[in-house]
Amino acid sequence: MKRIVLILAMLLAFPAFAQDSLPPAPYAYRQLDDPEQEAKAQELMETLRCLKCQSQSIADSDAPMAGDMRSQVRMRIAAGEEPAAIRAWLVERYGDYVSYAPRVTSLTWPLFAVPLFLVTLAAVLLRRRFARASK
Amino acid sequence: MMAEFGLAALWLAAALAGLQLIAGSLALTSRGQGLAGMVRPVAVVQGALALVAFVVLVVLFCQTDLSVKLVAMNSHSAKPLIYKLAGAWGNHEGSMLLWVTVMGLAGGFVALVEKRLPEPTMLATLAGQAFVSLGFYAFLLVSSNPFERLDPPAAEGQGLNPLLQDMGLAFHPPTLYLGYVGLSVAFSFAIGALITREVGPAFARAMRPWVMGAWIFLTIGITAGSYWAYYELGWGGWWFWDPVENASLMPWLAATALLHSASVLASRNALRAWTVMLGVVAFSMSMVGTFLVRSGILTSVHAFAVDPERGTFILALLAINIGGALTLFALRAATVTEGERFALVSREGALVFNNVMLSAILGIVLFGTLYPLVAEAMGAKVSVGPPYFNPMSAIFFVPMLIVLAVGPLLRWRRDSFARVRLGLLLPALLVVAVAIGLAIVANVGVLPFLGLALAAGLAVASLLPLRGRRLTRTPLAVWGMVVAHFGVAVALFGMASESAFSVEKLVAARVGDTTQAGPWQVKLERIDPVAGPNWTALEAKMTARYGQGAPVEVHPQSRFFWAPPQQTTESALVTRWNGQLYAVLGEEAGGGRWQLRLWWKPFVTFIWYGGLLIALGGLLALLGRTASDIRRFVARGKIAERRMEQGR
Repeated sequence: MKRIVLILAMLLAFPAFAQDSLPPAPYAYRQLDDPEQEAKAQELMETLRCLKCQSQSIADSDAPMAGDMRSQVRMRIAAGEEPAAIRAWLVERYGDYVSYAPRVTSLTWPLFAVPLFLVTLAAVLLRRRFARASK
Repeated sequence: MMAEFGLAALWLAAALAGLQLIAGSLALTSRGQGLAGMVRPVAVVQGALALVAFVVLVVLFCQTDLSVKLVAMNSHSAKPLIYKLAGAWGNHEGSMLLWVTVMGLAGGFVALVEKRLPEPTMLATLAGQAFVSLGFYAFLLVSSNPFERLDPPAAEGQGLNPLLQDMGLAFHPPTLYLGYVGLSVAFSFAIGALITREVGPAFARAMRPWVMGAWIFLTIGITAGSYWAYYELGWGGWWFWDPVENASLMPWLAATALLHSASVLASRNALRAWTVMLGVVAFSMSMVGTFLVRSGILTSVHAFAVDPERGTFILALLAINIGGALTLFALRAATVTEGERFALVSREGALVFNNVMLSAILGIVLFGTLYPLVAEAMGAKVSVGPPYFNPMSAIFFVPMLIVLAVGPLLRWRRDSFARVRLGLLLPALLVVAVAIGLAIVANVGVLPFLGLALAAGLAVASLLPLRGRRLTRTPLAVWGMVVAHFGVAVALFGMASESAFSVEKLVAARVGDTTQAGPWQVKLERIDPVAGPNWTALEAKMTARYGQGAPVEVHPQSRFFWAPPQQTTESALVTRWNGQLYAVLGEEAGGGRWQLRLWWKPFVTFIWYGGLLIALGGLLALLGRTASDIRRFVARGKIAERRMEQGR
């Protein structure tokens, strides 16, 4: 019930903002009231790429598009969506490029294989080195 | 006239580099030994000529000579003098000229003072240095001539990116370049030692000050760059694993490993092949970093050069230098023996472990930075950012920190944990206590949690090597080690604390409104227009009170530059011992409201204090080593003199 009221309030609030020449999205520069939800949103926003900027997350950008995305993220979090679901929705809309947390796919698996390889390599190197030395 | 003079000096320097390469190489053969005498003087003159060319460019920028294309593109007559100066190296051509200048001066300096190595090794080293320089001279003269004229001259310059008009950034690139180029000297020493098969303690001692110096500059450069990004970009972030940041981190990681392994080689004659390899890798990473930033292959805030022709050129240089060095290494690998042996539990053992960890982190950063480019070439765009780099590097960073606490307490060659166990009890207990305390009091993420606990333990453990020593008689190099390791703990604490305890407040405030951000109460008093030399701004006058403390004035600005036209936010900071208040003035929000962004970041400053401590530790070690090198040099001179007298 509370959520529905919140969403209604947002919808009603929107025309009021729209009277400015360039209305920023309602939650672009506004935090959620519930600090726990805001923290969740913040954590997610820090890992989403601002598509109009160069190497910035949407949490770190003044670009209008980043503001719109922040607003989307906050509203969806307020509506009770899980961060993972929001990320998936954004990836579906904008492609993998939007998420700074790469998924394991047929294209990105080397990103996860390499650390595994490095761990093995480090273990083998150290083992060989000291197995010989202790003889 | 001036510009042509600079260009002539640059051509001459390039020609001398060619001469240095040919004479140095021929002097290594049995027939060309007559040429050996000219190599050192040529290296000195080459450095001097490169310096002349660079000074000419700086003068052209000071005079704002708009008939020079580079000046017209990057400067403006209304710019403050300091930024006119910085403009000389704040662009592609100028920064490459700075690169060859520093490289030439470093080569000249080595030629003048380094007398400890066998002469053939020195000749090979200087020839190697000339080879690398020659590539960069060719790059400058062929595809990035800084002295190109503009006909007719421009009426007014195009100005410098306002983001770059900042004291921090005026000195950030040259600092990093000093680091990169210092590693080129280490690279040349490695090549020289490989060619003449003289990989031993003398080689490590000759190389070490250059690695140390380069590492100090890299540390300062990265620390300053991180602080610059923090206060200038206006969002309170201090590290984003941005490719350009990674480009500076990678040589640092390699140099850190090299620094430690060179120490082992210098004092224990162990880790020969590994040290040479790292010498090659460290400079290779500098070149990879330069390629990434300079080629425009990644377009990001710092990368202001977009030109594929140049990228190809640097890529070719990279392939020739790295490929050549690795081939040489492969050819000589059989003859470079491993050196002295040691046990797992020993000072060397700990250093090897941490070198492997550093190399693994380097591997992750390199791969994570390059992979999006590979993916793009295959037709898909992916982003790799903090959610990848943080945990992946932590896999290796956490064991490294633990070994870092233990390693300095161990003896060389062979030791046992039992001997140091008692001393490490206190730091271990501290780690547990902090961990338990955090688990009860605060709800923090895994990485900040580990960071806080380990930082506490490491802070104490890093001081333990001083235990039982007379502090006044402890060698400077030991002090250096202790200070640098303590700095790691301090920086780690700052990072973890910032990540765990930051408070963010975004508000649309009216004049007179008060906002609570953590322990701060911030009141918006007024919004005033103000003007600077090449900008106008809106400035918020705010008063901030920490708890019940006295009010402090805070003045964040929103600036509009007109040459080139761009808007920037100037954040305002209030620094206390236990953190920073960070205030930003955003857009007008309608109805007399203004967007304010406020952060309270507990102990965030410790990140950069830590970075500076690490650099200070390096400086102490460098001073200590150099002082003892000089003493040894003087003593040897005296002995030689006495022998001469006795011989008569």
